[in-house]
Amino acid sequence: MINELSAVEVRNKIAAGEVTAVAAAHASLSAIAQGDGQLHAYNAVFADRAVQRATAIDQARAAGKPLGLLAGVPIALKDNLCTTFGATTCSSKMLKNFHSPYDATVVKKLEEAGAVILGKTNLDEFAMGSSTENSAFGPTHNPWNTQCVPGGSSGGSAAATAARMCAASLGSDTGGSIRQPASLCGIVGLKPTYGLVSRYGLVAFASSLDQIGPMTRCVEDAALLLQVIAGHDPLDSTSWPEPVPDYLSDLDKPLEGVRIGLPAEFSGEGIEPEVSSAIAKAVDFYRSQGATVVDVHLPHTKYGIAAYYVIAPAEASSNLSRYDGVHYGHRTARPENLFDLYAASRAEGFGPEVQRRIMLGTYALSSGYYDAYYVRALRVRQLIKQDFDRAFEKCDFIACPTSPTVAFELGAKSGDPLQMYLCDVFTVTCNIAGIPGMNIPCGFSQAGLPIGLQILGPTFSEQRMLRLARMYEKNHEWHTRKPKGFTNP
Amino acid sequence: MSTTAVEPQYKVLIGMEIHVQLATKSKMFTGAANGFGGEPNSQVDPVILGLPGVLPVINKRAVEMAMMVGLALNCEIAAQTKWDRKSYYYPDLPKNYQISQYDQPLCGPGSMELPLSDGSSKTVRIRRAHLEEDAGKLMHEAGMTESLVDLNRAGTPLLEIVTEPDLNSPEEARLFGEELRRICRYLGVSHGIMQQGHMRFEPNINLHIYHNGKTIKTAITEVKNLNSFRSVERACSYEIQRQLAEFLANPEVVPSQGKSTRGWDDDKGMTLLQREKEEAHDYRYFPDPDLVPLHVAPQWVGDIRAGVVELPIARRKRYQEKFGMSAKEAFSLTEERDVADLFDRAAALGAPVRRLTNLFLGPAAKMANEAASAEAATVLISDLPVTAQQYAKLAELIESGGISATSAVPIFEYLVKNLDADPAEAARELGLVQVRDQNQTEAWVMQAMAANPQAISDFKNNPKKKQASLGFLRGAVMKASQGKADPKLVGEILEARLNAAEHES
Repeated sequence: MINELSAVEVRNKIAAGEVTAVAAAHASLSAIAQGDGQLHAYNAVFADRAVQRATAIDQARAAGKPLGLLAGVPIALKDNLCTTFGATTCSSKMLKNFHSPYDATVVKKLEEAGAVILGKTNLDEFAMGSSTENSAFGPTHNPWNTQCVPGGSSGGSAAATAARMCAASLGSDTGGSIRQPASLCGIVGLKPTYGLVSRYGLVAFASSLDQIGPMTRCVEDAALLLQVIAGHDPLDSTSWPEPVPDYLSDLDKPLEGVRIGLPAEFSGEGIEPEVSSAIAKAVDFYRSQGATVVDVHLPHTKYGIAAYYVIAPAEASSNLSRYDGVHYGHRTARPENLFDLYAASRAEGFGPEVQRRIMLGTYALSSGYYDAYYVRALRVRQLIKQDFDRAFEKCDFIACPTSPTVAFELGAKSGDPLQMYLCDVFTVTCNIAGIPGMNIPCGFSQAGLPIGLQILGPTFSEQRMLRLARMYEKNHEWHTRKPKGFTNP
Repeated sequence: MSTTAVEPQYKVLIGMEIHVQLATKSKMFTGAANGFGGEPNSQVDPVILGLPGVLPVINKRAVEMAMMVGLALNCEIAAQTKWDRKSYYYPDLPKNYQISQYDQPLCGPGSMELPLSDGSSKTVRIRRAHLEEDAGKLMHEAGMTESLVDLNRAGTPLLEIVTEPDLNSPEEARLFGEELRRICRYLGVSHGIMQQGHMRFEPNINLHIYHNGKTIKTAITEVKNLNSFRSVERACSYEIQRQLAEFLANPEVVPSQGKSTRGWDDDKGMTLLQREKEEAHDYRYFPDPDLVPLHVAPQWVGDIRAGVVELPIARRKRYQEKFGMSAKEAFSLTEERDVADLFDRAAALGAPVRRLTNLFLGPAAKMANEAASAEAATVLISDLPVTAQQYAKLAELIESGGISATSAVPIFEYLVKNLDADPAEAARELGLVQVRDQNQTEAWVMQAMAANPQAISDFKNNPKKKQASLGFLRGAVMKASQGKADPKLVGEILEARLNAAEHES
């Protein structure tokens, strides 16, 4: 079926005239129509617009016009990326009816490359969470087992991609929000180096940690999407001003003599045995391909979660202060005065997790506490960066689990924020250091739930990281498995 | 027991915080136009509105303008500067934080030489100057229960300059403001239109009172948002008297060390308490993660320094030393850079500087004043359609005796009304070419003397009025000649005639 094709395949078939973009769009839309009632991966689907855009692609092809890298590829967007079509809700009551007057830079780039945007996917409110249960519009379910969470915060994109309700999707990753749901849903997810992809139009959670990245069913698709969305943006001062390398040409060339580091700090306690053993097997595979496996140390990893839960809420408390009921977004019905307008609008518009993090962050930045929390967390950030710098003197890439566990049941952790925060234990340090990280499927549990391998690399090592991931993928079939019941019959 | 009637000895300390809106084309952190007027909320874009997902980008020109002011104030320019978020909730601040510079301002310590009214000058130390973005405006209309928000001003680049408490009187505070405005206008970084809020002043005032052998420091008050020089001076005077009275009412109470904030009511002429120190905001400053620190290369500073023009105080000194002007003349001519530039261009053409000075401060100043209207509140000498060449020629003409100084006025008026006219031709056209004919001059003298017997009588009989009546008669002769007579020749003939008349009697 067309909706089961990878992004590269569907692009090639459209270019070759074997399928039309309209057919590809319809295939994804009907998969959504059939399956999304159970999954709730999407907050909004733009069926008419998608078909219109697809028609335009088909017409362009018929007219012999050059086609973009993503011509006709059906794509889903996390609902924290601003679009001039549909609402941009961040799965929050606060922005339920917010319509952006501008498109995010990545959205422009996707559409310029010919992508057909299907809809906006569910997330933990303002990307704060690891299970997509914190959505104001209800949770997303894991296509491998609808009793389970898809991970988060990009759970909607992960579930839609795994369930073949789009060819590929974009997510955003502040502390693991691409990689962890990719792992729990058995797909590929890449968080690029901080600054590689423009954040303009990504609704900010924690500005110094946020990155947009591809969520796909194969490594080649991740390379393709990254090729399109990466690059300097004059509208984002933190975006990297260098030209984008070619991620696609040498993708199939295996890395010779690669050194893979295994950090002691990313193993042991808290990791499910099935996860540990799948990771060990993946590492064995690389060894069999001629890789050298070395032990490395990341001694400050244990402070990662603590530092993250100071830095991210601090920035969030400031970034989210604009949602005040005055200019746009939810406003309380009958405020008594200005203070009441602020307080009531925010209390009504934000869910409990968002409120918790705003309070944490406000506290951490308060006079008298700033040095003890924020300044200290920044010091830990430096130490974590140094850890990686030292580790990457001894190895080219680090291999470890993405998530200590496979997908857990809905409600299992939602009552205990600390348990939920620990889902990010292997993913946050990557954001803190600004380095790229990627999840690839590397097995399944006895219960049939996916397990993910995380690869971490030095800044701007995406080109070689994708090749390393592709080496594994070419020799395994995990990524070709489909969740039952969510493909076209 | 009566209270002490003697006012104690005290010293006034005023430090100033000044916000200068920089006249850039676009706003501080986005490409939206930086300008006023137009419909409310017309000079905005998603960044100004603080919409979800937007990011700030530094306006390079604003940084350069800030550097120019910093260099003019002899500030150290930081090699690295960063941006911080200052958090507070108010509807005119769409993000509910202002991007500012907290602990690494672009401009570090510096100083300004402040000319004082007695002709001397003093040094005012500058603590720092940093860049930030302005907020929008709330409009409260009568009869409405809601307020309206206009974000046209939001995001305008602001340079906040902070001085040390080196100003010691309300007059010095005003003079400082005026001189800073001149500097900003000279540098072209601000139009300095006070009514439009281009510059806003916040004096921090306290007193050191010498009482029973001790120095009592009164609590510092900051008066917010003054937008005229007059209100700066008045607010400072009011605060001094208020603090003094507060002290005298209770001399033994130790003043608090905190700073309170007061507002100025211009109609009532008094300050009103806005906020005690205990209520001070916690702004929760932290580095803005959306902006990278800015590295300022020495080469860049050098380029900007090369573009800093001669400042008013240097120009005044030059005019006094090189051109022999009085302090007052130099002050008037350097008030506006365009006027001083015009003067320098005319002087550079070799025009006699004394005549040129008189032309500028006489007929030119008069015409400019008269040209001011409802449409153009101020017309500068440099706005008149008279070129440096015309000034130079006219000055030459006076110097060479081709026309009298009195004739300069009608000739100048003629030049204003007739574009590109030649001053010599204008003199001919107006019949103002100086007449040096002995007989004609004698005739004018006789005419004037005949018409003014009282002046002649004074000259003869009242030694106290001798000089005055001579001057009066000289003027009468010039008037009789319609300004064409040669004043030197008039003087000779007049004195000869009067002396003769004196001896006759």
